[in-house]
Amino acid sequence: MNLLIAEDSHGDRMILATLLRRLGHQVYEASDGLEAVAMFVKLEPDIVLMDALMPTMSGMDAARRIKALAGTRFVPVIFITSLASEREQARCLEAGGDDFLLKPYSRVILEAKISAYSRMLNLHRSVMQQRDQIRTQNEQMLSEQRLARRVFDNVAHTGCLDASNIRYHASPLSIFNGDVLFAAERPGGGTLIFMGDFTGHGLPAAIGAMPVAEVFYGMAAKGFGAADLLTEINQKLRNILPVGMFCCGALFEADGKQGSIRVWNGGLPDGWLVRANGERVAIPSMHLPLGVQPPERFDVTMELFPAATGDYVVLMTDGFPESCDAQGERFGEDSVRQVLEGLDAGDHPFDALMARLQAFTGHPDPADDMTLCCLEVGIGGGVTDVAESTPESALSGSGSWHCVYEVRDRALADFNPLPLLLHICMEVPGLRRKSGDVYTILSELYSNALEHGVLKLSSEWKKTAEGFSLYYEERMRRLSDTQGHYVRFTLDHEPRVEAGRLRIRCEDSGQGFERQENTMGARAASVHEYAGRGMGILKRLAKEVSICGSGNCIEIVYDWEFPAQGATSQ
Amino acid sequence: MSVSTRRSDDGQVLMIQVHGRFDFSTHQAFRDAYEHSDAPVKEYVVDLTHTTYLDSSALGMLLLLRDHAGGDVASVVIENCNADVRRILSISNFEQLFSIR
Repeated sequence: MNLLIAEDSHGDRMILATLLRRLGHQVYEASDGLEAVAMFVKLEPDIVLMDALMPTMSGMDAARRIKALAGTRFVPVIFITSLASEREQARCLEAGGDDFLLKPYSRVILEAKISAYSRMLNLHRSVMQQRDQIRTQNEQMLSEQRLARRVFDNVAHTGCLDASNIRYHASPLSIFNGDVLFAAERPGGGTLIFMGDFTGHGLPAAIGAMPVAEVFYGMAAKGFGAADLLTEINQKLRNILPVGMFCCGALFEADGKQGSIRVWNGGLPDGWLVRANGERVAIPSMHLPLGVQPPERFDVTMELFPAATGDYVVLMTDGFPESCDAQGERFGEDSVRQVLEGLDAGDHPFDALMARLQAFTGHPDPADDMTLCCLEVGIGGGVTDVAESTPESALSGSGSWHCVYEVRDRALADFNPLPLLLHICMEVPGLRRKSGDVYTILSELYSNALEHGVLKLSSEWKKTAEGFSLYYEERMRRLSDTQGHYVRFTLDHEPRVEAGRLRIRCEDSGQGFERQENTMGARAASVHEYAGRGMGILKRLAKEVSICGSGNCIEIVYDWEFPAQGATSQ
Repeated sequence: MSVSTRRSDDGQVLMIQVHGRFDFSTHQAFRDAYEHSDAPVKEYVVDLTHTTYLDSSALGMLLLLRDHAGGDVASVVIENCNADVRRILSISNFEQLFSIR
């Protein structure tokens, strides 16, 4: 050990130094406090033995300086003093001394104290080493998390979460608590939002989130609907996650144009539909979490609600109601309901919930493991061209082709041909930028052919709340008997210079409307109604729209061209 | 001991009791409770009388037990849940996988 002794009496100092050297220690000698401090800085001794009373600078002042200089390093300072009063002895310890020995000291006790402090020093050093190790590892983990977060962000980008009708709170590191939130615009308009909460936290939870993000954004961009997404996510998670790990989640699809929302909740706390008219509808979890059931048992039944402009949908992970105040009391789902019930007109549910939670916990920042999202339903059938900015693939596809695709019989009930048809069209490089237009056209044509042509449903019904449910009940019922029916798409594409023309003909097995005297009014009215929505959209997007046959066939011509050179050339 | 086990007299039912919080800290004890049973078990009963709280990792452990007990043909009963615990089980719709009484 390296020992520093500070003693103004030359004789005492020599005796002490000799004694300590005999015990095998390296000894430095100082003759007053000031010198002791200077030698401490220069020689960094392990233990300091100090006389309390010395000229120039007293041992107590020197001890204070030395302790301040040592910082977090543990340097035992042992006073060797002739001060007999307890008060003086206490002052030595107050000045930062760790112990004292009364003069005349016993060699045996001195030796024992030095070896006791030597053990303490070793213990302290190993604790410090472990602390530094933990600190380094923690820094490393955080920097790895930041890096992983960047990779994750590239896969699970925010999608359209920044849209003006979406408000959300998600901590930047929430992914490492297993929370995910994705949002995408569907190619033909409408919004899909997925909120998930994986069991566990850290890397395993984050890893599970990656494929979900890929499935969500990949399939949403291709025009798949919520049910297809859920089926795929469940299957993927079931395959990759070990038993015992799963993802509580909710997916909702807001289709502004149809004035309806669909929600699937498997394991998240109640979601809420906050209507502009004051009504509050809970959207409880009706399903097992994702990744638990095998595909054949997975239930994708979605809850369907009519929705109007100004309605809000609120989703949250359990971190929200589980947030605690200083006393450890939970915020609770009842509080969530109370906040939503107490909203005044014009209050945004998101602001109200966040404000109440903040007041409850007393913390300005919510915990990492809570996610809250609120979507304001907007009606307008806004067709957004999300693909306009998507980079062109390096692969070029065919520009000249013709295809006929017919969906018939039972497939009408349980198969959605739109992603497939969209996929075919997207093989034309220049058309990829127009996926929104093309999807909208295909989906308008298909739902018209299926719902009004094959199923003979009247869109008049959807105008009232009862009719709305009736419409979808009837739709479901009639879909069970589609034997002998078909919807046939005929697609034709021809290339032009820096442009192209897509013709789509959609024909159904229904009776059309012109020949039917009884229902003519209804179908004509529905077509008229349709004119305000679907037909209007078709006319806006396509160069030509014509109704042919007995009204069971619509043909459109869609022209596209590459943007002017320089504007968006990649 | 946060997890204790008991066999029925005929040895066919394994009763697992969880005391206090049923969360990740119970992981190893809960696994040990059913993995080291020497004789075959026909039915598992998870008694949550003394369980105050249950989190999602406990749900995962229940799924592991169900898997160990034979998956879809498993006979696993969860009983005596308090209101909070029952609520957590039903939010995740675990009635579909376990008989909860």
